[in-house]
Amino acid sequence: MADIYDVQGLRLSLADMARKPLFGAAPRHEILKGLTFRIARGEIVGIVGGSGSGKSTLGRALLRLLEPSEGRVLFEGTDITHLPESALRPYRRRIQMIFQDPMSSLNPRHRVGQIIAAPLMLHGVEGPREAALRALDEVGLPRGFAARYPHELSGGQRQRVGIARAIALRPDFILADEIVSGLDVSSQAQVLAILKDRVRDLGLTLAFISHDLSVIRRLCDRVIVLYQGQIVEDGPCDRVFADPQADYTRELLAAIPDPDPDSDWF
Amino acid sequence: MSFLRVENLCVDLKGSGDRLLRGVSLNVGAGEVMGLVGESGAGKSMIGKAILGILPRSAGVVDGVIELDGENLLALPPKVRRQRIGAKAALIPQDPLTALNPSRRIAPQITDRLVDILGWDRARANDRAREILAEVHIADPDRVLRSYPHELSGGMRQRILIASAFAAEPKLIVADEPTTALDVTVQKQILRLIRDMQARHGTALLFVTHDLGVVAKICQKMTVLYGGLVVEQTDVHGFFRAPAHPYSRALLAATPRHDDPAASLNPVPDDIIQAVRAEVAAADRNWRNG
Repeated sequence: MADIYDVQGLRLSLADMARKPLFGAAPRHEILKGLTFRIARGEIVGIVGGSGSGKSTLGRALLRLLEPSEGRVLFEGTDITHLPESALRPYRRRIQMIFQDPMSSLNPRHRVGQIIAAPLMLHGVEGPREAALRALDEVGLPRGFAARYPHELSGGQRQRVGIARAIALRPDFILADEIVSGLDVSSQAQVLAILKDRVRDLGLTLAFISHDLSVIRRLCDRVIVLYQGQIVEDGPCDRVFADPQADYTRELLAAIPDPDPDSDWF
Repeated sequence: MSFLRVENLCVDLKGSGDRLLRGVSLNVGAGEVMGLVGESGAGKSMIGKAILGILPRSAGVVDGVIELDGENLLALPPKVRRQRIGAKAALIPQDPLTALNPSRRIAPQITDRLVDILGWDRARANDRAREILAEVHIADPDRVLRSYPHELSGGMRQRILIASAFAAEPKLIVADEPTTALDVTVQKQILRLIRDMQARHGTALLFVTHDLGVVAKICQKMTVLYGGLVVEQTDVHGFFRAPAHPYSRALLAATPRHDDPAASLNPVPDDIIQAVRAEVAAADRNWRNG
């Protein structure tokens, strides 16, 4: 089985609570409007789009943190679209997520060591302590950081803890949702380099959600461009950047401020 | 002549005496745009805050000159200083959600400053608010003035903050990462708006950002900071052609660019970080030895 994910006609709608009448059900707001794509094992796929394009919702549907309303999501050939939580359990260890904001996704009362070891213990991995320390090595943080609290770390270091927590479980698939958008350029570069290296050495598959095409260019093999809940472009990075087909992709590319003062950007 | 002249500005953390800004000097002429760049913690926002007199309570200016329109702000009594800053300078803040009071309508949030600090009457201030919102391309100013912040989109709120900053015709605006929270297409619109407004009103602009791409598009001069120390100060064209300082070169190589992935997002090497840290330590030794 070469594909890790096979997504067919995925639709997802959520209740629009802002327009809910006092009595009765809230109207549904359709966020994903029929997406079809595959993710091959070992691939690094970028998912790009503006605010409200549905990119985070798509990620959450892949991880089955949200349940699709129509269509199918196959993980290694198994239909996980409507599996109940108990049946999803065995898959949970194999699909991991790194979150955008490490301040809200790392428990401020727990030390880094505990944060990384908790999911290992939950899934009954042997030697969680040692595995957590090894994960710190893998993201280039000193082992002494295991005794620190998240607030004692810089933004880039906190995101590295997020990566360590995800890779410690040796998953097959990682979803990274806007993990560098809160960082300055130098920490951004460092976090991305570490993520790419680890994904390659461990042979993982990565979906990388971002609003920044230049970051995707550097990291990903392939890019899926979302606009208002639909895929407007899907192809290898080299092709999409050299010859974008969709108007929206061209607009996104034209909006990137490249570090070049001579171009007539505005 | 420079409209803003900062000389040897030193800011300390009160109590511990830790240095946050280490003798920063810069000049911004009328109508000029200066970029302040650096990593988190480099002190770039701190400079803007010191100029506007809105440093956090835990920090204080210990040395230096901040001259606005030929007058040293630090030598003025606090009340006069606030009045001068209110009349001549303004801020475009980073986060449009926290900068606007969620429980008040937009109109008073724009006009309060005109009435309270500049002594305008309410009617004149309201007219001005309507006029300035139209200038930032808000189609229906009257409806927006009656709205609460949560009823408006992020891009719209950022437009309101820009309008609000320009409302009193300040001669200097400090823009503190005004587009960091926005996605790229909205960022481009907002940058274009700031540039157009700045050019039309001839305002001097101090643009704080960590994104060298944004600096390239909007600034004429720039100052690169590390650890509160000025690493390089130059004109933008010269900088992007050939950054002089090794740290500046590394920062440029770390900046994402879509046209040249190999020259993009390269982590800053450790030896360069160590060298620039040594410069910071040397500056502190010189300062202690008088």
